[in-house]
Amino acid sequence: MSLLGVRGLGIDFGGITAVNALDFDVQPGEIVSIIGPNGAGKTTLFNMISGIYKPDRGTVTLDGDDVTSLEPHKLAERGLSRTFQNLQSFEQMTALENVMVGCHMSERSPVWVDLLRLPSSSRRNRETQERAMTLLKRVHLEKAAHMEASSLSYGALKRIDIARALACNPRILLLDEPAAGCNAVETEEIDALIAEIAQEGVAILLVEHDMKLVMKISNHVIALNYGEKLAEGTPAEISRDPKVVEAYLGSHGGKEAADALG
Amino acid sequence: MLTRIPPRVRALLILSILILIAPMLFPSSFYYRIGTLIFINSIAVIGLVILIGYAGQISLGHAGFSGIGAYACALAPTHLGLPPFLSLILGAVISGLLAWFVGRPILRLKGHYLAVATLGLGMLISMVLNNEAQFTGGPDGMMVASLGLTKGLEGLFDVNLKTSVVWYWFAGVMVLLGAWIALNLYNSPTGRVLRSVHDSEIAAKTVGADVARYKLVAFVISAVYASIAGSMLALFNRFITPDIASFLHSVELVTMTVLGGAGSVLGGIAGATLLTALPQALTVFHEYEHVMLGLIMMLVMIFMRDGLLPTLRKTLTRRAIA
Repeated sequence: MSLLGVRGLGIDFGGITAVNALDFDVQPGEIVSIIGPNGAGKTTLFNMISGIYKPDRGTVTLDGDDVTSLEPHKLAERGLSRTFQNLQSFEQMTALENVMVGCHMSERSPVWVDLLRLPSSSRRNRETQERAMTLLKRVHLEKAAHMEASSLSYGALKRIDIARALACNPRILLLDEPAAGCNAVETEEIDALIAEIAQEGVAILLVEHDMKLVMKISNHVIALNYGEKLAEGTPAEISRDPKVVEAYLGSHGGKEAADALG
Repeated sequence: MLTRIPPRVRALLILSILILIAPMLFPSSFYYRIGTLIFINSIAVIGLVILIGYAGQISLGHAGFSGIGAYACALAPTHLGLPPFLSLILGAVISGLLAWFVGRPILRLKGHYLAVATLGLGMLISMVLNNEAQFTGGPDGMMVASLGLTKGLEGLFDVNLKTSVVWYWFAGVMVLLGAWIALNLYNSPTGRVLRSVHDSEIAAKTVGADVARYKLVAFVISAVYASIAGSMLALFNRFITPDIASFLHSVELVTMTVLGGAGSVLGGIAGATLLTALPQALTVFHEYEHVMLGLIMMLVMIFMRDGLLPTLRKTLTRRAIA
């Protein structure tokens, strides 16, 4: 049984089919990448899997349990966690606090305990802070811990996003363009980090435009076009697939590319 | 040295010192009355700091909860035979329950839609208080029993006390208590979720926070604060009219919160102080009083966009670094 199972998933926006009849599986520790031209439906797919959009058709399963259309916070409790393409940082909070919010599920406490700041509330605070600091170190941002998120660079916020998602102790992590807007060094760091997370047994579903990164770290690539699956396979298979090349470059450009490559 | 104290404790220290030394500057006992009114407004505003400043949700109907608190203290002693202090608690419980029931459906709304829905709630309460004249006396208002603070203390210590002076200290302690609770919340697991909802609801959901529930928590807490403030105002003035639940009062409370700096407890208290004391100070302008008040409010918002206190704090820290 796969960790994440997607069967016949589809959604329409105002009569236009955005995503249709998608099937795929993700196993623990596997890195699966979703590629496709802009508007192919990659982020829409993420939003359906993570419970932000309610799909019109099909099912999403986690460990065989149907979790279609479950609220995002319920999915988080079941071990599904994500980052966002358009950053969703808590801007008025510090980098450390951003990650501490990610630890929410392990530090949840009754409201009155927090209102009266009972010893258990302070203790949880300390534990969470330590854990969040460890995660910040993991993304090399311990120096920015006490800076407000709104004052940090785009690349730093992307990594905070990952640290925050990791704080949920996910079994499957959805990363929506984690390397977008990052420089070469940062991209390499993120690349290494993703591989490391996968090695710990976390399944990773990745949307990314940086093809070098995708081809390097993915076990499995799914190419989308106009909301439908165009091709699926290993990175090598996908990069040779004529349909994929055509979708990216157009049929004419595809021929030229093939000619150029000899 | 001051920087080594945790911000929460520092804020409480500053507040305590201000409450303690303010009376030394009072030229007459009339100022104890203004001080008390400032404290009472501050309590309602601290609640709104939690709702607006922490959780980023607006309410234009919180005066309604103040109305419930006030009329609980006006009605429960005569109709239920409850002592005034227990009436205050009864009012807070009713307000909290109402906020819980009403908050569920309306907190799904965002921004101006939420503003209009809460506005409706406030108006509804205000209309009930105006129309149920056989209980509430209608627009003419009604008398309220005494909390008996002054008498109690006089009996205990065999001294002569001025009611406004006793109330000043009582309300001061209540503000400190309210501020302490709000500051506790700020850096707690619950408070962090509220503040994250302020910046991104969707991200808060994806880390496993039941956002709808946390918004409701903030709404109920702020309703209880508003209710207690309303009860205290009724017990202090010994007289109450439905004006306390009016739309205008709701707007006044929100203005205090935003003017002072919605995200900070001390800022909210600064806003409450300014807008309670300023009309008294501006009476020298006679008929131009309201024009001046409006002008000052506009200037503060134009030049101190983050609100009074956060802007001052930023300027000061920048100076300190330079």
